[in-house]
Amino acid sequence: MPTITVDGQGVEARPGQTVLQAALAANIYIPNLCYAEDLAPYGACRLCIVEIDGMRGLPAACSTIATEGMVVRTETPALMQARRMTMELLLSDHPDNCLVCRKNQRCELQRMAAYLGISERRLPRLERPTAFDESNPFFDRDLEKCILCGRCVRACDEVTQVNAIDYIYRGFATKIGAFLDQPLADSRCVSCGECLASCPTGALVEKSYYGLPDREVLTVCTYCGSGCSLYLQMRGDKIVGVRGDPANDASEGHLCVKGRFGYDFANHPDRLTAPLIRKNGALEPASWDEALDLVASKLAEHKGAFAGLASAKCTNEENYLLQKFTRAVMETNNIDHCARR
Amino acid sequence: MTNPISDLERAGCILVIGSNTTVGHPIIALRIKKAVRQHGAKLIVANPKYIDLCEEADVWLQNRSGTDVALLNGIAWVILNEGLWDQAYVDERTEGFAEWRAAVEKYTPDVVQDITGVEPDTLRAAARLYARPPFGNSAIAYTLGITLHRTGTDNVFAVANLAMLTGNIGVEGGGVNPLRGHNNVQGACDMGCLPNVFTGYQPVANAEARAKFEAAWGAPLPEAPGLTESEIMAAVHEGRIRAMYIMGENPAVSDADANHVRQALENLDFLVVQDIFLSETAQMADVVLPGASFAEKDGTFTSTERRVQRVRQAIPPVGSSRADWQIVAEVASRTLEKLGRPVAGFAFSHPSEIMAEIATLTPSYGGISFERLESGGLHWPCPDAGHPGTPRLHIGRFTRGRGRFTPVRHIPPAEMPDAEYPLFLNTGRLLYHFHTGTLTRRVKGLTQIAPEARVEINPRDAERLEIAQGETVHVASRRGQVFVKAELTDRTPPGSVFMSFHFAEVLTNALTSPALDPVAKAPELKVCAVRVEKVEKEIANASSR
Ligand code: SF4
Ligand code: SF4
Ligand code: SF4
Ligand code: FES
Repeated sequence: MPTITVDGQGVEARPGQTVLQAALAANIYIPNLCYAEDLAPYGACRLCIVEIDGMRGLPAACSTIATEGMVVRTETPALMQARRMTMELLLSDHPDNCLVCRKNQRCELQRMAAYLGISERRLPRLERPTAFDESNPFFDRDLEKCILCGRCVRACDEVTQVNAIDYIYRGFATKIGAFLDQPLADSRCVSCGECLASCPTGALVEKSYYGLPDREVLTVCTYCGSGCSLYLQMRGDKIVGVRGDPANDASEGHLCVKGRFGYDFANHPDRLTAPLIRKNGALEPASWDEALDLVASKLAEHKGAFAGLASAKCTNEENYLLQKFTRAVMETNNIDHCARR
Repeated sequence: MTNPISDLERAGCILVIGSNTTVGHPIIALRIKKAVRQHGAKLIVANPKYIDLCEEADVWLQNRSGTDVALLNGIAWVILNEGLWDQAYVDERTEGFAEWRAAVEKYTPDVVQDITGVEPDTLRAAARLYARPPFGNSAIAYTLGITLHRTGTDNVFAVANLAMLTGNIGVEGGGVNPLRGHNNVQGACDMGCLPNVFTGYQPVANAEARAKFEAAWGAPLPEAPGLTESEIMAAVHEGRIRAMYIMGENPAVSDADANHVRQALENLDFLVVQDIFLSETAQMADVVLPGASFAEKDGTFTSTERRVQRVRQAIPPVGSSRADWQIVAEVASRTLEKLGRPVAGFAFSHPSEIMAEIATLTPSYGGISFERLESGGLHWPCPDAGHPGTPRLHIGRFTRGRGRFTPVRHIPPAEMPDAEYPLFLNTGRLLYHFHTGTLTRRVKGLTQIAPEARVEINPRDAERLEIAQGETVHVASRRGQVFVKAELTDRTPPGSVFMSFHFAEVLTNALTSPALDPVAKAPELKVCAVRVEKVEKEIANASSR
């Protein structure tokens, strides 16, 4: 394991780890924007520059492998000045309407500008042609806010491996887009939202945005059997967002379109909110007491001619209880579920 | 799965059979693609349809529907004949090899070609890759494309035979990996929601197991195994079952030969449905009990890799709906009361108490508790509180001792295309919907992407039938008919059409075959014979019939 020195502190790096990863793991912060834990380093934003003894210039920590004996400095006046310059350039063509941006307070660009102490615009504002793509039903793209960090492109390539988007055009006209610049909805995109989850700016934002969540609850996706765990982002009684759980080694923080966006049903007006009893041919609302009592007396009458179907959607505890009820109360082993479908 | 999902990334070769993984299990598909693209693993896809994974595959075995046993036996034949098998493993860890080998002898590449349509060279290439991966071991992943056949159990045996022949069970990056469809289909099986077993697959016919549960539950328990779902429906038709309790399922849409199932449900004296929406099945109920969604209750799900994970309540149940465990417990207690029996065994104040009871009765869940699950999921078997769980099964030895080779032979699907119904119908899922659509069709964005049912048909067949893209056509089988829009695509091979079953208004399962696998009793949902026609033609025919 190579040992390096970062700001005078000894840091152990795993073989193959970059200086940035080793420093972050040792709780030494180095600004970064185009770096994402689950994506290959890219070296696009130049915010993670450091000084390394014996190396010329200011190497990017995210793309420099830590080697034995390296001596790294992360915060010298020269570095801070260079980073501020870089940030000012990044901001020169970025709108400054943070207050009305859906990424407000979740935006890494905003945080980074604050970290670097940016307090004024010194460079002339460059107008980028706005390029909206609202064709995807779950998220919008506003390329005026894009910093070309490439995280979305790498997410779509390395995580989803769908390669729906890439850099298109050249020079100042460079932007992120689908093949032939067609709307995302007409591309190979599978709406997994990995690009959205990775985007550090307001360039990619959820369509249905309710504001910041007030809490997160760790749970498991209700759809397929892969068992991806996820955080439900809650606001009062409403699910306002979903975030993958990087600690789950099956899903590694990733989600598919259903897992990430498939939750409107929970608050859907069609939800059943009261028991129903069939009266004169129609199902009518009833009290729990009435419904449960009717169920119990009818089932008691039919002991021996009964079958239960459990649910592959319900919890273990619920399924356990239903088979216990079927066997121990209704005295039959006629219990099954849709394992065969 | 014998192996954890993460193991797919350690495989040197992956055989994906009967699974459209990017659609059914998107996150598992990511691991497969990553194995191929980033680690150089080889990929073999066996599927009649051109699925997304075919783009990544080294070999695509486009076998005809319902010919998986022949295909897998053929791969084994090549491995045997080219001496690519793992003799040491077979000698040490398995039994029944000689008998099985004799049965496989018949499946020469030529015979296999006749049955499956796969060229001998393609078959050989697949066999060599699977038996000799560039590094590590070989994994097999499959799903309902293997099990939902009349020969479903045989298909599973054929998969296991192949894995044993090459020493790929009980090793890292290998294994036999069924990908389970629902979030908790694994758990429902583990919990004994099967007619022949208690929790943890303890047979009801076993006197010792029964005695244990009788003591714990304080009630005499029936010895005879019960009926499977399809047998239950038949028993309802015969009047032997008069009342049903259906929790969170929609058989009126999801079951094979769904019209028959609907008639059965109508025949019941009393039907209780517990659900979060008024599903097609709930609409037929005498009493509907409103349950809670996964976000509204505590509990556990067990994923396809046997990992038990905590589900946590984020919001209270909507309206006056209740958590499903509370409803079942209340129904049970009240029924006991009506029966004049002591009311006991169902007084729980939290699901963690139910799990505690499960753990005492279920050896493979013995070490699982809500407390432990706080720090992450646990793979069963996890027999005691100090046990770390078992991500990989059969390491060193098979759970049953020796792995058994089971000879299996090709049996054609119960219903083959003929003059009257000339096309195969294959059914499955779309990426954007789930099961009968009760949840996903209430998600606006998903319905925007996939608003309605389609029948996928090869352009060659479409041309012959004079069917245009998007045209509404008539699809009929011996059991039912639907009207549905056509989608012309090369992905579906000539001679076959494909439909999902997510859209209740286009009742795909009105068409499907109730033919059953004699062992698993799974219906042959993946193949039946249909006729596709222009609507005008059907009207003309109908009036002349
Ligand atoms: S949603 Fe997924 S598939 Fe679509 S562009 Fe983003 S990462 Fe790629
Ligand atoms: S859209 Fe977002 S993630 Fe993609 S390049 Fe622009 S800023 Fe980076
Ligand atoms: S997020 Fe997608 S892949 Fe993961 S469990 Fe949910 S449905 Fe399955
Ligand atoms: S984080 Fe290193 S260059 Fe962007």
